[in-house]
Amino acid sequence: MRDLPFDLIRVLDDEGQAVGPWDPRLSPDLMRRGLRAMLRTRVFDDRLFRAHRQGKTSFYMKSTGEEAIGAAQALVLERQDMCFPTYRAMSWLHARDYPLIDMVNQIFSNASDPLHGRQLPILFSARDYGFYSLSGNLGTRYGHAVGWAMASAYRQSDSLALAYCGEGSTAEGDFHESLTFAAVYQAPVILCVTNNQWAISSFAGLAGTQDTTFAARAIGYGLPGLRVDGNDFLAVAAATQWAAERARANKGATLIELFTYRATGHSTSDDPTRYRPRDEAEHWPLGDPIERLRQHLVRIGEWDAQRHDDLIAQLDAEVRAAVREGEAIGTLGRSKPPLSEMFEGVFAEPDWRLIEQRREAGA
Amino acid sequence: MRELNMVKAINDALDVMLARDPDVLVFGEDVGYFGGVFRATEGLQAKHGIRRCFDTPIAEGGIIATAIGMGAQGLRPVPEIQFADYILPAFDQLVSEAARLRYRSGGEFWAPITVRSPYGGGIFGGQTHSQSPEAIFAHITGLKTVIPSTPYDAKGLLIAAIECDDPVIYLEPKRLYNGPFDGHHDREIGTWAGHPAAQVPEGHYTVPLGKAAVVRPGDAVTVLAYGTMVHVALAAVDETGIDAEVIDLRSIVPLDIETIVASANKTGRCVIVHEASRFGGFGGELSSLIQERCFYGLETAIERVAGWDTPYPHAFEWDYFPGPARIAAALRRVMENT
Repeated sequence: MRDLPFDLIRVLDDEGQAVGPWDPRLSPDLMRRGLRAMLRTRVFDDRLFRAHRQGKTSFYMKSTGEEAIGAAQALVLERQDMCFPTYRAMSWLHARDYPLIDMVNQIFSNASDPLHGRQLPILFSARDYGFYSLSGNLGTRYGHAVGWAMASAYRQSDSLALAYCGEGSTAEGDFHESLTFAAVYQAPVILCVTNNQWAISSFAGLAGTQDTTFAARAIGYGLPGLRVDGNDFLAVAAATQWAAERARANKGATLIELFTYRATGHSTSDDPTRYRPRDEAEHWPLGDPIERLRQHLVRIGEWDAQRHDDLIAQLDAEVRAAVREGEAIGTLGRSKPPLSEMFEGVFAEPDWRLIEQRREAGA
Repeated sequence: MRELNMVKAINDALDVMLARDPDVLVFGEDVGYFGGVFRATEGLQAKHGIRRCFDTPIAEGGIIATAIGMGAQGLRPVPEIQFADYILPAFDQLVSEAARLRYRSGGEFWAPITVRSPYGGGIFGGQTHSQSPEAIFAHITGLKTVIPSTPYDAKGLLIAAIECDDPVIYLEPKRLYNGPFDGHHDREIGTWAGHPAAQVPEGHYTVPLGKAAVVRPGDAVTVLAYGTMVHVALAAVDETGIDAEVIDLRSIVPLDIETIVASANKTGRCVIVHEASRFGGFGGELSSLIQERCFYGLETAIERVAGWDTPYPHAFEWDYFPGPARIAAALRRVMENT
């Protein structure tokens, strides 16, 4: 197990065959659901990124190139497990069929925004879908996942927590404190580092791994560390199942580095050509996660070009319909929740300040 | 009913809540086996088990992050930060996460945590064991900040804080753990023995958050204080013979604005007292609120008596500490002004 942090767990080879000891032997149905979730993420991202360019919202971030991670993990974990996401783990929500219209309304901060206009676009919260409240600060929810997992163990429940952290954010103290707590209390938690090579403009080595790996961080904490091809749906699924089995058997936490590539800019406010080669994504040696799973499904006779095209067309129609529905309610600035929502939810019950200020603001 | 000092009253509150609610967990540095450096959690692990009361690594950010995650899952964690001076590594967790979780998640998640922390000076603790950071928490919307001044209140407020669904910063004036210190450091220091507020009922009771106590009714001047300074202010009032109304705020968020305004309108004179340094301190907020609401009822300018705007100094502890002499001088000044 000591070598795993320096290896790279892969299942799909370059020809789309599932090979080696980590093959999770997923059913074709589950793989098709994974493919659908990844495609839904990409189609949605493309459409909403364009909506930003059309002035319909203030901000957007794409998950392009990293769709296998959230999709595989959402599908192999249980409904009651809780994920503590980053803003590039949106395929989790797509895999669990979070309603597109709720996403669109949140992104437009309109009158039907499930978060009542209080949060930046895509920083969703979806408790019923196992998706903890996102925020724009980095690494701060990693420790919440450990606490959630400890609470789950305290209640003698089988459910576990899974947290994501970008490779850049592993430099934060939160990361190290979370690993310490996870190790000390043997928390049933899966701690993932999505190493997409880029933290805005900083390359992964700037987080301190020029001569080691992020998975190897686990060694110092006495935790198992896995380094996984994050663009390989089957490898992500297999590593996650392995870690989940350990957690549910009271063997504690696992650190998983998901080696992937941010195929797009950091956000709508970023221009990656300023700091990396324009065609770098095309040269990424581990390929595109969607294309790799598609190739595998075709190879085993469970998918074909026609079904693939039909699925994309169907998802595109669904996303377009959701965007149209959201637009009919209103885009950013054209529709918003009632002003009183600004003053709600600060406390369980508002104190006199908030009541007075709500009146003063005319809400 | 029995007589307890403040640290035993806090221990009693934790004991009651651990027994009453299986969702309550108590943890922090040296909190479990040892029972806490001030003994606030003494005996709790032996009585309630290691799953309910346990030690943590020395990582305040990790302690609070863990507590928030547990709280979001449905527990009611009561983490201890060993000294309020050490709470700053957890500041990001308290400000960016605990205080905003309910708001930003549209009410899907919240953090019903009570962060206990000994605070304040008067113990020769120097810069790292004496500070009063209440104003920086009061400024963070979404947090409640509670400060008891007696054993009775300490127990009732702590139980109310634990039962509250919002994150609460519960600051314990460590100078008061063993007695109602009145600021006369050069005299024999009294204990809680014989003090009426050291009579602490057994079992469960609460003192509501956001309700101040008028600890000495009076007509001449309003004195606003909390924590240790309640007792120091009472001593100063006694020594001047001025008929002051001394109000113990008990919680600064939520703030009992009604009691403050009623008293300021009645007396027309106000002295605000806190240990924390003056500039940007909570006294500034109190002063503004009174000025905004009671301007035409005021006879004279509001006075603030506070720690100086220096780091907490070791050798100069009693020069820094706003003791009875400085409060008495302020009381005389506001009475002389017309």
